[in-house]
Amino acid sequence: MWESKYYKNLQFYFLSLFEELGLFSQFGVHFFRWVRQKPFRWKNLIAQMNFIGVDSTPIILLVSLFTGAVFALQTGYAFRLFNAQSLVGATVGLSLTREIAPVFAALMVTARAGSSMAAEIGSMRVTEQIDALEAMAINPIHYLLVPRVLAGTLMLPLLTVVFNFVGFVGAYLVGVGLLNIPEGPFMSRMSTYVDVDDLFGGLIKAIIFGFLITLISCYQGYKTQGGAQGVGRATTRAVVISSVTILVVDYFLTQWILELMGSK
Amino acid sequence: MITLKNIHKSFKTQKVLCGVNLEIPKGKITVIIGRSGEGKSVLLKHLIGLVLPDSGDVVIDGCNLNTLDDYALKDFRKNFGMLFQNAALFDSMNVFENVAFPLVEHSDLTESKIRDRVHEVLELVGLKDIDQKSPSQLSGGMRKRVGLARAIALLPQILLYDEPTTGLDPIMTDSIDHLILNTQKKLGITSVVISHDIGATFRIADKVAILHEGKILLEGDEKTFRQSQNSFVKRFLEGKSEGTEM
Repeated sequence: MWESKYYKNLQFYFLSLFEELGLFSQFGVHFFRWVRQKPFRWKNLIAQMNFIGVDSTPIILLVSLFTGAVFALQTGYAFRLFNAQSLVGATVGLSLTREIAPVFAALMVTARAGSSMAAEIGSMRVTEQIDALEAMAINPIHYLLVPRVLAGTLMLPLLTVVFNFVGFVGAYLVGVGLLNIPEGPFMSRMSTYVDVDDLFGGLIKAIIFGFLITLISCYQGYKTQGGAQGVGRATTRAVVISSVTILVVDYFLTQWILELMGSK
Repeated sequence: MITLKNIHKSFKTQKVLCGVNLEIPKGKITVIIGRSGEGKSVLLKHLIGLVLPDSGDVVIDGCNLNTLDDYALKDFRKNFGMLFQNAALFDSMNVFENVAFPLVEHSDLTESKIRDRVHEVLELVGLKDIDQKSPSQLSGGMRKRVGLARAIALLPQILLYDEPTTGLDPIMTDSIDHLILNTQKKLGITSVVISHDIGATFRIADKVAILHEGKILLEGDEKTFRQSQNSFVKRFLEGKSEGTEM
């Protein structure tokens, strides 16, 4: 009896999961259909770039500085055990460019901008503002979604570059200033081991993360049902699903990029 | 002329419309009445393609909405104006921007002409000097007036009102009724109104239809309704419950 119930619940769970994936894919297809339609709303795009990129900069500066600093501190103490402190710069540089900068920047943008997007679009849905857009012959995907997703896709790589730079400054301050690692080896090892391909690989990740988190956040807001509770639920789902997606997709992207770079 | 042919609509397991047939005459005011939760707003949203029927057709001036793709439907909606139950004004815009929005999006008017048009329609709905106010600073009645101004800004051929007077005081209700009548007279458009207010319904309507259990139970003018022997229609007009109803 309980086995049958368990089986039915499992079946329902998987069906719901596939239904959700199908609806999300359909939503993505709508984005690609409407992104080519005129008029192109430059004003909305710039406003969203400002919101996602410029307004996220302070939090990115803060997080990146301390991430680089703590990473240098940890590796500095660990590498001291086998007298390899000169590799701290290279280790932090590689980790930042390949993994930490794109992933942490994406998580920060999800927490700050993704949640806000889901809440804003969700509120518009439950107060019939999205219906009003449609009634005024304006496609809501074209008007609301396209500028947000494009802005996310464009701005996350820029935030990642900022994260890389400031993160490395944090590492330098701790490594050279606090742990007394000589500046010459610290910098030269980094420039030997970190090259443009590492930075480029991180930026590819950032572009894909930027696209995914804005699309997921907009989708969660767009399908909001109910009142304030529905908006809250949509916001939570946007943050949780985006964060998990970043980490899962990161693994596969890393594997692909490493293969592409000839497992450098 | 708008024709609804055998419209069926369900949401998951809940059947909302079960074969609605209705003709809405051109250039007249048609009021659809019915109990709360009967699907009146859903029916209204079918007219503009915001909700699509599971089966049945919505034909407007010979054009079947079911046959239109996304792009064609979007263009077709330019013929409509809609006043939503809670006005659905955009929070992120002030009053001026809300009313100007359809003009900016769909007309080639210059900035100064858009400004003139916005002030013209705001005056038509009895509002002045509120351009810079945000929707949250407006009363319920003012929000509905701004919503109406936005709906008529582009001079639509069909205007849909979703419970325009619900939640308003009697004076504001009367004022909105006059607005509906005046808008109708000045612009000569087809109006479809969803209402609970029997008095107001017969004051403004050229035709009334009552939605009950997913179907149009009765349609006609005031006389038809007053003479009806149907027990539900009688009770609805008198505003009496069966006693056991909650």
